Amino acid sequence: MTSGSPSLTVSRLAYAYPDGTQALYGVDLTIERGERVALLGPNGAGKTTLVMHLNGILTAGHGTVEVAGLPVRADTLREIRRRVGLVFQDPDDQLFMPTVREDVAFGPANLGLRGAELDRRVRDALERVGMLDAIDRPPHHLSFGQRRRVAVATVLAMEPEILVLDEPSSNLDPASRRELAEILKSLDVTVLMVTHDLPYALELCERSLVMSEGVIAADGPTRALLADERLLAAHRLELPYGFAVPAQPG
Amino acid sequence: MSAGHHHPIYRPADTPVHRLPPQCKLAAVVAFAVFVVATPRERFWAFAVDALLLAAVAAAARVPAGAIVRRMAVEVPFVLFALAIPLIGTGERVQVLGLSLSAPGLWAAWNILAKATLGVVASILLAATTEPRMMLLGAERLRLPRLLVQIATFMLRYLDVILDQMRRMRVARESRGFVARDLRQAPVLAKSAGALFIRSYERGERVHLAMLSRGYTGEMPTIRDISATGRDWAMAGMLPCLAAVTALLAWSTT
Repeated sequence: MTSGSPSLTVSRLAYAYPDGTQALYGVDLTIERGERVALLGPNGAGKTTLVMHLNGILTAGHGTVEVAGLPVRADTLREIRRRVGLVFQDPDDQLFMPTVREDVAFGPANLGLRGAELDRRVRDALERVGMLDAIDRPPHHLSFGQRRRVAVATVLAMEPEILVLDEPSSNLDPASRRELAEILKSLDVTVLMVTHDLPYALELCERSLVMSEGVIAADGPTRALLADERLLAAHRLELPYGFAVPAQPG
Repeated sequence: MSAGHHHPIYRPADTPVHRLPPQCKLAAVVAFAVFVVATPRERFWAFAVDALLLAAVAAAARVPAGAIVRRMAVEVPFVLFALAIPLIGTGERVQVLGLSLSAPGLWAAWNILAKATLGVVASILLAATTEPRMMLLGAERLRLPRLLVQIATFMLRYLDVILDQMRRMRVARESRGFVARDLRQAPVLAKSAGALFIRSYERGERVHLAMLSRGYTGEMPTIRDISATGRDWAMAGMLPCLAAVTALLAWSTT
């Protein structure tokens, strides 16, 4: 593979929806291999639109997206979708097959894997999220937290270059939230995490990007960004009540 | 909250009937139904033989009679229809318990009742011994149109999700004092149904995005393939073969 190139490079990406609403106004960002980065921003900042560009569901109006050196284009979509693992917010959207096994196998099977190799990928991915026991269960028999973990496994099975998570902590109870954090920390993969959960970003990601009105408004160490009250206030970001981040780890 | 809706018609067990590949069972039930329908209605003994065959399958699959009888409720509308035929039928009349009934109507009612009951029981046995998911894999193996099988597969996955959504909408309605008393409340229910449809449609779009993100190109990959051996087919074939022999004997003894 193309080692050396960053996992993700987005340059001057602009996009307007067919109805004319401009969502992105020139986004620039680079994520190096192995980094865990949080993408923060208020509702309507363009976070989801940006995420949809990363695996070519939306195509850039202007600018480019490259995943490990490979540009997102119509003829590279198949490989791009293998390299970018998108985990959607609602696991019921992500898990559409009748059993966990078939769901996790869906991605690698689309890549052409069959038989023992496919089986190995499925077990491997479920093992990494601690859900191997549920392999033959239907997704709707699992708890919400378990479903979210299986959703992560469905993209891990494709051995992606970068894992993109949309609101990974939403609707999770505190224990499931912590378990998911532990799993994400244990993975040896580049992560881009879209979230409103600032403490979660602080726990998991060294670096954060603040997105606001269709551009990257700030990029830096998560701790420094979250300690900057003026920055947070300017972009409708707020820490939970009683929560303060000292600029230096105490 | 949304956990654990089992499909109670399926009765998990490990019997030779449960272990048969689903495509064999599906084909056997369809063939059995065809031979039952082809049996002349005047040969009562032939239907008794068919019933005995099903009883043998039920015993082998360890499906209790009570479970079958309860599931036979789906047949009730047909029974009502069949019972009406002798009353409204024309032709020669016979007196039964003081009622004047049409003789051809009685025959027609018996014909519908006997054949439908055998078919329904065979289907119940199929459903009791085959997981819904396996049934669809079997249908796929039998070369049923893939699109239909895919639609049924998604229905199987999302039925509980949609029912759950429906239940939440009902709770939300009732929490704000709504009571469905008579027809005047119908517009509210109709709007709820519309909202549910739109939500399901939107979910469909999101699911499609999720599928595209994992490399879907319009063709579902075959992940689980269940092959059937000659022995499986021979075993499943016993039921329709015996029914065919019964039908043949019934015809030849006229």
